[in-house]
Amino acid sequence: MSEASQLLVRRIKDGTVIDHIEAGKALFVLRALAITGREGTVITVALNVPSSKHGKKDIIKVENRYLETSETNKLALIAPRATINIIKDYKLVEKRKIQLPDSIAGIFKCPNLKCITNSGEDIKSVIDVIDKEKMVLKCRYCARAISVDELVF
Amino acid sequence: MPNPFYDRDIVSIKDFTKSDLEYVFSATDRIRAMKPSQRGELGKGRTLGYIFYEPSTRTRMSFEAAIASLGGSSIGISELKSSSVEKGESLADTIRVIDLYSDVIVLRHPMDGSSRFAAELSENPIINAGSGSEEHPTQALLDLYTILKEKGRIDGLSIAIVGDLKYGRTVYSLLYGLANYKVDIHLVSPPSLAVRKESIYDVQGRLKITEHNELDGVLQKADVLYVTRIQRERFPDLQEYEKVRGSYTIDNATLQKAKKDVSVMHPLPRLDEISHSVDATKNAVYFRQAANGKELRAALLALMLNESPAL
Ligand SMILES: Nc1ncnc2c1ncn2[C@@H]1O[C@H](COP(=O)(O)OP(=O)(O)O)[C@@H](O)[C@H]1O
Ligand SMILES: [Mg+2]
Ligand SMILES: [Zn+2]
Repeated sequence: MSEASQLLVRRIKDGTVIDHIEAGKALFVLRALAITGREGTVITVALNVPSSKHGKKDIIKVENRYLETSETNKLALIAPRATINIIKDYKLVEKRKIQLPDSIAGIFKCPNLKCITNSGEDIKSVIDVIDKEKMVLKCRYCARAISVDELVF
Repeated sequence: MPNPFYDRDIVSIKDFTKSDLEYVFSATDRIRAMKPSQRGELGKGRTLGYIFYEPSTRTRMSFEAAIASLGGSSIGISELKSSSVEKGESLADTIRVIDLYSDVIVLRHPMDGSSRFAAELSENPIINAGSGSEEHPTQALLDLYTILKEKGRIDGLSIAIVGDLKYGRTVYSLLYGLANYKVDIHLVSPPSLAVRKESIYDVQGRLKITEHNELDGVLQKADVLYVTRIQRERFPDLQEYEKVRGSYTIDNATLQKAKKDVSVMHPLPRLDEISHSVDATKNAVYFRQAANGKELRAALLALMLNESPAL
């Protein structure tokens, strides 16, 4: 860790550090994980931190919460390079890469405006990943193939 | 083979295998051969509930005729002005209530994916009778059945699909159904109404498709001409609409250039994309196609409502 990021990323005792988030995406990451701050625990967000690998990055620290793989895999389309670090008693006990899940519910809007998930009905979008290599997605409702850059957050 | 349709939703034709399709086709053959009295036992005491958020003539009438021929009854709403939908009732609540009164629900709705949503909410099976520009699976079932009856086979045929391929939901269900067969597909449309690639992504590997802007080039090849309506609203420019409409009209001069035994099909309603002079030719299949709609839907309902129907 560089000196600048050390300062920004104060060590935590217990919790999860999401590192190497694509610069500018941290707020989307919080939204995707439904972290609002109302949980009451300390959450630190750092934007545009200088990074040796990728120029700039964002970092999120969530204290006293261990994010599950099923939660963090939702980030695959927002911050595919992010790393998940689980900290227990100041020690790094687990380091994970994000993997593309088979489907993602309720985070993205289907880009098809005529899709029932974009109506006033009480319905959550479900986006299936139908080709992990080519990153092709498909709306489970309107059945249209979607590319990652078409996703509406 | 156990009945693959019993208590199943008919949301997308993609949910069914080739042998499922063949199962309903042979059930349709059998139900056509049955005496009305036998047939009238298959749906006795059962109720079909329908709600049409968009206009329909054939689809709704053929479902009503189909359930009646099985001895069942139908209830429903096709005039939204007389229902609580006008007061802003959600699709979800509307479906939940129809579900209480029916054994099977037929839904037509303008949004893509509406039937899948309804199927999640409903205890009883849902039949998608048109979901936006997504699908119209029972239309495709009767289309495939009609091709099979007219031609004796589906494999090996050359099938031209003409008209509004971008918004026509029957086109998508038909393409998904044809993905189970070895056919040459020729898609004929103006460039602005070409098929949506994002809606055939997962079947395109199983379809041999050639796209065209002109009808002329495919006429010598096509065993089936499947014609769909082009709506004026799709064109910003009236002149462009007139031009396209004229170039895709099927009339006796078109038939002169086509295979002698070409089957001209149409999901109906037709406006003037098929000239009335074609009606009297042996190539006109569209009314037999509409007749098959009732029979196929009756077979489908019998299979959905009974685990082992006597047919
Ligand atoms: N909202 C729509 N989106 C796409 N196609 C439609 C729509 N409404 C009607 N159609 C077209 O109408 C024809 C089928 O009519 P259908 O919807 O089955 O009505 P009917 O019940 O009167 O037969 C097809 O050509 C279909 O593409
Ligand atoms: Mg119809
Ligand atoms: Zn969708």
